[in-house]
Amino acid sequence: MVNLTINGKNVSASEGTTILDAAKQNGIYIPNLCYLEGVHKIGSCRLCVVEVEGAKNLQPSCMVSVREGMVVKTNTSRVRQARKILYELILSDHPQDCLNCERNQSCELQAMGQRLGVKEARFAGERSEGGHDVSPSITRDMSKCILCRRCLTVCNEIQQVGVLSAQQRGFKTVIGPAIGLPLNTVSCAYCGQCTLVCPVGALQETDAIQEVWQALNHPQKRTIVQTAPAIRAAIGEEFGLEPGTLVTGKLVTALKELGFDEVFDTNFAADLTIVEEGTELLSRLTKAFSGGEAALPMITSCSPGWIKYVEHFFPQELDHLSTCKSPHTMLGALAKSYYASKIETDPQDMYVVSVMPCTAKKFEISRPEMRNNNLPNVDAVLTTRELAKMIKEAGIDFCNLEDSRFDNPLGLSSGAADIFGVTGGVMEAALRTVYELVTGRELPFAKLHVTPIVGLEQIKTAEILIENTLEAYKFLEGVKVKIAVTSGLAGAKILLDQVAKGESPYHFIEVMACPGGCIGGGGQPRPTSSEIRQKRMNAIYREDEGKTLRKSHENEYIKQLYSEFLQEPNGHKSHELLHTHYTPRGKNNELMR
Amino acid sequence: MLDVKSSICSCEQETDEQKYTKLAELMKQYKNREGRLIQVLHMAQAIFGYLPLELQRYIAQSMEKPLSEVSGVVTFYSFFATQPRGKHVIRVCLGTACYVRGGKKIISRLQEMLGVEVGGTTKDGLFTFEVARCIGACGLAPAIMIDDVVYKQVNPDKLENILAKYK
Ligand code: SF4
Ligand code: SF4
Ligand code: SF4
Ligand code: FES
Ligand code: FES
Repeated sequence: MVNLTINGKNVSASEGTTILDAAKQNGIYIPNLCYLEGVHKIGSCRLCVVEVEGAKNLQPSCMVSVREGMVVKTNTSRVRQARKILYELILSDHPQDCLNCERNQSCELQAMGQRLGVKEARFAGERSEGGHDVSPSITRDMSKCILCRRCLTVCNEIQQVGVLSAQQRGFKTVIGPAIGLPLNTVSCAYCGQCTLVCPVGALQETDAIQEVWQALNHPQKRTIVQTAPAIRAAIGEEFGLEPGTLVTGKLVTALKELGFDEVFDTNFAADLTIVEEGTELLSRLTKAFSGGEAALPMITSCSPGWIKYVEHFFPQELDHLSTCKSPHTMLGALAKSYYASKIETDPQDMYVVSVMPCTAKKFEISRPEMRNNNLPNVDAVLTTRELAKMIKEAGIDFCNLEDSRFDNPLGLSSGAADIFGVTGGVMEAALRTVYELVTGRELPFAKLHVTPIVGLEQIKTAEILIENTLEAYKFLEGVKVKIAVTSGLAGAKILLDQVAKGESPYHFIEVMACPGGCIGGGGQPRPTSSEIRQKRMNAIYREDEGKTLRKSHENEYIKQLYSEFLQEPNGHKSHELLHTHYTPRGKNNELMR
Repeated sequence: MLDVKSSICSCEQETDEQKYTKLAELMKQYKNREGRLIQVLHMAQAIFGYLPLELQRYIAQSMEKPLSEVSGVVTFYSFFATQPRGKHVIRVCLGTACYVRGGKKIISRLQEMLGVEVGGTTKDGLFTFEVARCIGACGLAPAIMIDDVVYKQVNPDKLENILAKYK
């Protein structure tokens, strides 16, 4: 422990703690803008400066560690003056267009001005041009960038995709892809993690709100909405509720009040995914263990950020991916076929909206593979943040809404579907079903949770011993099924490098592009820190445990769907509507292939 | 800095394929050195004359680095060019000392003489014309540099004579 004084108060902090964190632990707030706890510190904004006795210059408190006997003052007039000037300098190269900005009222730069008591911007300077870049998932407005470089750290270190870097220098510096290329020409996964950390309106999801309002206002359109599992555990935050508050019932009511004709649950399709993907896994295992050839490990395919990543960086390993579409595109495909014929509506008149924690899904729905009968499976994707904006715009008092239930037949789901929203959840859901199919017994874990793969660690592994199988699966007797789970693309890279070298020991791998899984998705409320991820994760497990239906294959509406329409898992109809294929893209620049 | 000129000649007759082979060979030698990206870029520029995007991409892939990082370095240093360059590169210093002592006048005279703007290359491919920050001759400002040679206390009227040596 190191002892020091901050503003005359004796405090102690463990060695290596920065002044900023030591102050925070003792209830003293030091303004900071570029710093992001546990993720990013480069000391570029200088707003966190403090006086340290003995040092001539003001010190950036996010960079300097505490020392024994240090005397720190965070709140002298010299410090306050310096902060104001630094802040005004940032503003001198900023559009200051708050009223027309997506981040108005949720902007860290704006909030900082208020905190510092800045009332004027005295330095009118030349403005850097920046540039506007719209891709299917992400919109970049570099005129608003304050060069904090958080996005760069997230893209290069947390995700290790590395499409963002500082280009040029000095006044001309732009944070972006190589030589100013637009995002849609480089190997961006569209995970949106950069939009999650950008403090200002420079990085955003590409807007779908306008299209959705139009569809809702259209008299002939039958509007169908579905929501992903991770939304119910996070959207409350946009309305001031504690992270980890479950708002499933209110969410459904809000969607009905917005005017959607049907409110379905992507969870239903998550259960369906388990049946389809579980069957696929079993058939690959059957081949492999009866002397045939099968691409193992099989890897999950429900995270479109992960899919785009693997198409760019491991284009030669695509046969390891499950051929299952992501759950929301499955549900869209069923809405426009199975459900359309049930309600005798022309699918052309249907408009399917997916509310997703994810920016990558905006790109996913534009893929040619995500169409059937010449119609897109899903017409628009809204992020959690976008839906919250619409609810506010409609004047709905979210926190005081009554609960409602999802519509059927595409609205019932098991607890196994809920946990699709967290890292490890798809794997656990699949095991709950596959283990039981093979042995006739329940998965042997307390509360059905496969504990080694629960939690926020980067890579989690486990072995499941298969014993006393049913007759049909005798060839799996005594097999130890090896599984691995990862979230965040840096972890995916480690597991895929093993696959590429032919050294992967696993049979089945789950990958989600965003750290923590969808609860930490690129379209989720800001901020999303590890602490908040953990709270959302706990909420998801609560939702799962609160249900009596815990296994996908026991969902009555899934059984009905097969008997009325699909016939059998991995059958002909399934392949047509629910499965897909992948596109090898290659690294760096698609335009130059 | 690496003496690229003496170790690598950039003959115009070489095919692109030969150039790439040469670069690949050199990259191997630099495999485990600190700060090798900058060295490799220097070599690549010496071989190819400039660093177009395809070449940056090739380097990124061989060195297993993101293209954006490679391009970030290329665009950070004024030494690197992404456009084809002339046989000789003229850099006029616009660092503080040279700026104060008439660097701007040299720029405008050169623009007239060469018929190109800063950053451009003459039609005959002889000269590329660029601006530099301080080139370390502040005491005898204003200064210009042609390829590796520094000319000090230059005034606009001396330029004809200096350029004649390169024609
Ligand atoms: S980024 Fe923030 S400060 Fe800048 S215009 Fe938008 S709201 Fe205002
Ligand atoms: S969306 Fe993901 S991959 Fe693309 S730039 Fe942002 S962080 Fe990088
Ligand atoms: S785009 Fe946003 S996160 Fe990235 S450097 Fe600019 S302000 Fe920071
Ligand atoms: S927060 Fe410390 S320098 Fe930006
Ligand atoms: S300013 Fe021109 S040489 Fe230093």
